[in-house]
Amino acid sequence: MSKQTRRTFLKTIGLGGATLLATAGGVCQASEQMGVNNEALGMLYDATMCVGCKACMTACKRVNGDFGSLSYEKAPFDQDGLWDAPQDLSGSTRTLIKLYKESDSTWSYVKYSCMHCQKPSCVSVCPVSAMTKDKQTGIVDYNKDTCIGCRYCQVGCSFNIPKFQWEKTIPQIVKCDLCKNTNLKEKGICACAETCPVGAITFGKRKELLEIAHTRLKENPGRYLQHVYGEHELGGTNHLYLAGVPFNKLGLPILPENAPAEFSEKIQHTIYKGFVAPVALYSTLCFIALKNQKKQDTNGHAAADGNHGHGEEHK
Amino acid sequence: MAGHHDEFIRLEGKIFTKSFFVLLALVLIGFFFIGVRYVKGIGAVSNMSDGYPWGIWIAYDVATGTAIACGGYAVAILIYIRNHMKFHPLIRSALLTSLFGYGLAGFSVVVDLGRYWNSYGFFIPSRWQINSAMFEVALCVMTYTLVLVIEFLPAVLWSLENSRGVTIRKVADWLHPRLVPDEDKLASGLEWVRSSAAWLRPRLDKVLVFFIVLGITLPTMHQSSLGSLLLIAATKLNPLWHTGFLPLLFLINCIYIGYAIVILESIISASAFKRPIELKELSGLSNIIPWLTVIWLCVRVGDLAYRGQIGNALKFDFYSCFFLLEFLLIAVGSMILFSPRMRRSPRWLFITASMMVLGGALYRFNVYLIGFNPGQGWHYFPSFAELMITVGVIALELLGYQVLVKLFPVLPNPKHAAHGGNGSSQAHADIPHGAVHAGK
Repeated sequence: MSKQTRRTFLKTIGLGGATLLATAGGVCQASEQMGVNNEALGMLYDATMCVGCKACMTACKRVNGDFGSLSYEKAPFDQDGLWDAPQDLSGSTRTLIKLYKESDSTWSYVKYSCMHCQKPSCVSVCPVSAMTKDKQTGIVDYNKDTCIGCRYCQVGCSFNIPKFQWEKTIPQIVKCDLCKNTNLKEKGICACAETCPVGAITFGKRKELLEIAHTRLKENPGRYLQHVYGEHELGGTNHLYLAGVPFNKLGLPILPENAPAEFSEKIQHTIYKGFVAPVALYSTLCFIALKNQKKQDTNGHAAADGNHGHGEEHK
Repeated sequence: MAGHHDEFIRLEGKIFTKSFFVLLALVLIGFFFIGVRYVKGIGAVSNMSDGYPWGIWIAYDVATGTAIACGGYAVAILIYIRNHMKFHPLIRSALLTSLFGYGLAGFSVVVDLGRYWNSYGFFIPSRWQINSAMFEVALCVMTYTLVLVIEFLPAVLWSLENSRGVTIRKVADWLHPRLVPDEDKLASGLEWVRSSAAWLRPRLDKVLVFFIVLGITLPTMHQSSLGSLLLIAATKLNPLWHTGFLPLLFLINCIYIGYAIVILESIISASAFKRPIELKELSGLSNIIPWLTVIWLCVRVGDLAYRGQIGNALKFDFYSCFFLLEFLLIAVGSMILFSPRMRRSPRWLFITASMMVLGGALYRFNVYLIGFNPGQGWHYFPSFAELMITVGVIALELLGYQVLVKLFPVLPNPKHAAHGGNGSSQAHADIPHGAVHAGK
């Protein structure tokens, strides 16, 4: 309990604290823009063109049903199971059309499915690499054979896209993979875009989709809000939206331009860079503890003559 | 480094008490629902949803439970790094609580994991995903649980060395008379166990310090990572809680919860088992807490001010109220603990330590559940079955503690403490003030 020990201890604690502080500070200041891959595959959904026929939903379930463990969802009123009536994206449904109604004249359909982020949170947080992002195609894919079902991807996703099969004994995560293993492999296009009868879903490379989107905004300024949703949101997504009503009313949240995964990874990486900090901490603590032990031993020897001093075990 | 073994005693008394059966009943109810979960899926027992994919099993059993289990960590820092040997009598009971807390947190995770059979992926390097805070937490917690077992081993070995095989015979007799081993066989078996325990113990003592230090390093890592887990929820966690300082806040938080829980545990087990309270050690511990909480509160408030969230914190809406509750519990508790008179009163020690544990735990709940908002239309409150599973896990923890203190020398030996107090008065005399002041 000498001054020396205390000082060393303070140093250690100070060092650890300083690392953490520096990390947090650094991240707050600089959030560098990462490279955006505009060659990645994606979809452009134009809400002003969509007629709400839900053919995309049907096609998705038909094509991906077996591979993606999807099933038809009964509505509460539907005893005979004549409808497929999902209420939201779920463990049985990868894509969904909803209708936003403001008044009789102002309304808009909206389609939900994975946004295939440029810097996806789900990939960043998955502890066992069950969520992966293809470097070339940019597709965010899920592998149920490695997934442990911790649902951290759900916590991380700002769009609430990954869904878990709560009712199943052997559950899995369900999310759009751009038909990577089914329609895209066979026909080179995802099922929803292939099926859409009015061309509301355009499939292609992000670069081309952005061009199309901006052309439409320029040619029909009255029809659209002047914003391509997904161009900058969370560092950019490969699934892009055009709409005539505010996006947050369509259930697409207002989001900042930096990806949360950049922020969290920077902190995690600074603390664990090269595993130096933990090793340094361990060795410093070992040094202190061993020194203390030695001191205890000498004290023990001195005290053991008269009475039960500490450290008599270590003679 | 295991200390002297006469420093600890085995609690005399019956194992099958009334509270044993009450706790056992709760454990069985919990396990019934765990059975339902494995047959019919998580949705059958829990109110978790795609919006709130983590419920109380994570928020309580893992995030809060492991903080409450940080007694072993916090006391080990004090003893082995700060070199305050006078706290050594507290270490074993603190370690035992830690062992249960972490072991059962791991158990709860397995209940919570949807595809638990794939968990072996943590041991396959090609699947490692080092960007994930959860990967770090998982590996660290598994290793730490192992380290805790090793740290607790001396107590088990001591009991093995001194066992006479009475219990084995009794249990066997109770199962079936024919299972009772004959005298010779039992004697030779016991002799073997005793001699190998005697062989192992001094060798373990020699290397134990390296495990103890590992037992300090690992919680430092994973407790801060438990905070990092929610860094990703930038768009979902309320700004009152989401900050780059989450890892630092979680780390300090678990240390003061650790000291507070050791105080609570000592006072409760003193009154439950009718033993003297180790007042001197406890008031020494309680002196450390307010210095830690002051740092914690400074980081907390400074960060809120830096991000311009003070206004939101004082809005008195849903989130602000939970923030203020958490803040007041910690702040008022620390204020009381700054008074040396209060620190010497067992009642006030109990009250303030409870405030620290409650406030600290509420902070973790706020981060994991209450401050978490995935968007419109999502709500979460745990279901009955979900709660009972958590209650069952807590009951199992209490039950195990109650039984193990009667089997192994865990609790401080009151006679030894008195004796040691006279013998090494020099080490005792001036500890609380200057030392702790400088340390924190």
